[in-house]
Amino acid sequence: MIQKNIQLDNQGRLKHLLTLEGLTRQMIIDILDAAESFTSVAGQAVKKVPLLRGKTIVNLFFEDSTRTLTTFELAAKRLSADVLKINVRTSATSKGESLLDMLRNLEAMHCDMFVVRHAESGAAHFIASHVAPHISVINAGDGRHAHPTQALLDMFTIRKHKGEFAPLTVAIVGDIMHSRVARSQIHALTTLGVSEVRVVAPNSLIPTAVNTLGVHVYHDLSEGLHNADVVIMLRLQKERMQGANLPSEHEYFQRYGLIPEKMALAKPNAIVMHPGPINRGVEMSSEVADGPQSVILEQVSNGIAVRMAVMSLVLGRPLEGTMT
Amino acid sequence: MTLIIKNGHIIDPANNIDTIQDLYVIAGKIAAIGHPPTDFNAQQVIDATGLIVCPGLVDLCARLREPGYEHKGNIKTETNAAARAGVTTLCCPPDTNPVIDTPAVIEYIQERAQEVGKAKVVVLAALTQELKGQQLSEMHALKNAGCVGVNNASRAVNSAVMRRAMEYAASADLTVFIDANDPALSADGCAHEGVVSVRLGLPCIPETAETIAVARELQLIQLTGARSHFYHLSSARAVQMIARAQYDGYPITADVTTHHLFLTEMDIGYFNSQCNVRPPLRTQRDMEGLRSGLCHGSISAVCSDHQPHDIDAKLAPFPSSEPGISAIESLLPLTLRLVDNNILSRSEAIAKLTHQPATILGLNAGRLDIGNAADICIFDPERYWECSQQNLISFGKNSPFIGWELKGAVTHTLLDGKLVYQLNRAENQ
Repeated sequence: MIQKNIQLDNQGRLKHLLTLEGLTRQMIIDILDAAESFTSVAGQAVKKVPLLRGKTIVNLFFEDSTRTLTTFELAAKRLSADVLKINVRTSATSKGESLLDMLRNLEAMHCDMFVVRHAESGAAHFIASHVAPHISVINAGDGRHAHPTQALLDMFTIRKHKGEFAPLTVAIVGDIMHSRVARSQIHALTTLGVSEVRVVAPNSLIPTAVNTLGVHVYHDLSEGLHNADVVIMLRLQKERMQGANLPSEHEYFQRYGLIPEKMALAKPNAIVMHPGPINRGVEMSSEVADGPQSVILEQVSNGIAVRMAVMSLVLGRPLEGTMT
Repeated sequence: MTLIIKNGHIIDPANNIDTIQDLYVIAGKIAAIGHPPTDFNAQQVIDATGLIVCPGLVDLCARLREPGYEHKGNIKTETNAAARAGVTTLCCPPDTNPVIDTPAVIEYIQERAQEVGKAKVVVLAALTQELKGQQLSEMHALKNAGCVGVNNASRAVNSAVMRRAMEYAASADLTVFIDANDPALSADGCAHEGVVSVRLGLPCIPETAETIAVARELQLIQLTGARSHFYHLSSARAVQMIARAQYDGYPITADVTTHHLFLTEMDIGYFNSQCNVRPPLRTQRDMEGLRSGLCHGSISAVCSDHQPHDIDAKLAPFPSSEPGISAIESLLPLTLRLVDNNILSRSEAIAKLTHQPATILGLNAGRLDIGNAADICIFDPERYWECSQQNLISFGKNSPFIGWELKGAVTHTLLDGKLVYQLNRAENQ
């Protein structure tokens, strides 16, 4: 049965990365530490390490993506792996059988890892539970469920700026309901033991029972930002207006848009994050997005190091001294 | 043809029988219980020592997948599974393809079922043509062809059409079978809105998708007087609403499926697509509410909501896997488990599977009256068997109960006095 947590092998090591739920604090720290050691690679004249030479990694994207796809590709190439990119329109493979058929075909080409993005929650688990045993799966975003590497790179960025997680108050603002990024961030932050995780949005964008994930709900942006150390803004999809989650982008910006006056309510040294791409004038104003407290572009470059760390750990080539 | 079932523990809740007695069958009908009829000479003997003899089970909702979905099962495979399950009468909802909205489809299904001869099949006809929720079906013609009620699967019917449909069904003396679901609220959801859907990010179905529909239909029942049955309740709150309306004298009944009595949203675990069902599995509190509704009687029947699938139907990410469970073969053992769980007495459990669902269908079945057809289920209440893909004889192997050890195995099923199933003694021990 697929009841057990299939992302760990029977010795408790990371075999796939599907969600951050169920990972120990030490495992997350190990990944962040490994990423730390990879950040220097980008500064070298030859931006490559031979860790995954001879490995074949397939980026299997059933949903459009620029940032995630590109950084996964760069990460794999910097680890000297061979990378194949397959862009599949969701509509063509919405049936399970063709999805499985496609996997069988790729397996027959002796691939070692699938990096999967899919519009349906649980797709990465589904693929991981049906691939040949020698293949690892990394979830690059499935439906509303999880986007673990995004959350890891956010943790990496937070750690770089704040050092310790324990004393922090983190506010996640925006469309929590539909956000896989938010779910993964919440699991990471609570596992790393931050003192408070807040979600800030109108109720129509807050999923039922979100408090069971260990967060506090705020409906007022000013209250939600008060004394926060980290402010994470989420992307708002235009579809939310049609789905009756919100009346208009204008009203959303008025109530929940991050502008300098609101940002001033957070701690003076607070940082602002966004998984991108930003809707300027909807989630935040340009003054904040491009301001001194913004670490948004840093997140993108950290994404490469974090994905290098995840890929090398999952394929069983830990850097010396990074695994306990 | 004469038959004696000897030494069995006869449980016939409709007639208040709960003793060890012999049962006599002549020419496919029950001739006597206890004392042999005059000049009785048994041509066939079934030794039921240590076994329970009860009326053949009546399943309120089982899909045979024919016509239209023969890659998932057909009348032969699924009535065979019914016979193995001790079910002698089952009711097939109208969501076949073509849907059951013409007498021709009803005749086709009943002829095929008679040819196969493994179970009696009755059908519900579509409430609206093609289940589209617009134009009423020809209910009188459908009734003449043999339908026992009308139902619109869980497809949308607006309040105005529902009102007229109920009025028309009431004047045709047909029971309206209701899948309480507000399609706008359930939308593309596939899991109960709660702690599991928030964790897994699954599109969700709130409890209110059920309770709003129950509330609307109750108002329309009050307005139209339509005799109605609520299919497969899933929430504790809906049970309370139904119980209250029954107390107020509404002409309504309700059932629950075995999976809603034994599973909750938690069983979805890490996206177990075998737990993708409609209505969705809800909370522990809801499961307890359903059990208590069963215990107090507001829910008068347990049904399988049998939905056999081909293998591919469940081989997909959870939201796009097809909902439903191949459930008919686990119906009796799971219902008997409620006896071990002190929810029901054994006689009550059997009543929920026999004469009570038969009454909902308006059938004189599920009871061992003298002169009635000898539709009989004989089972070994102490026999364990493992629910496994090999052990299920339905075409559909899709069950979240795979791997469960089930207690209670049907040993014989008789249809009109003829043996349509007999447990091979060596089988799945």
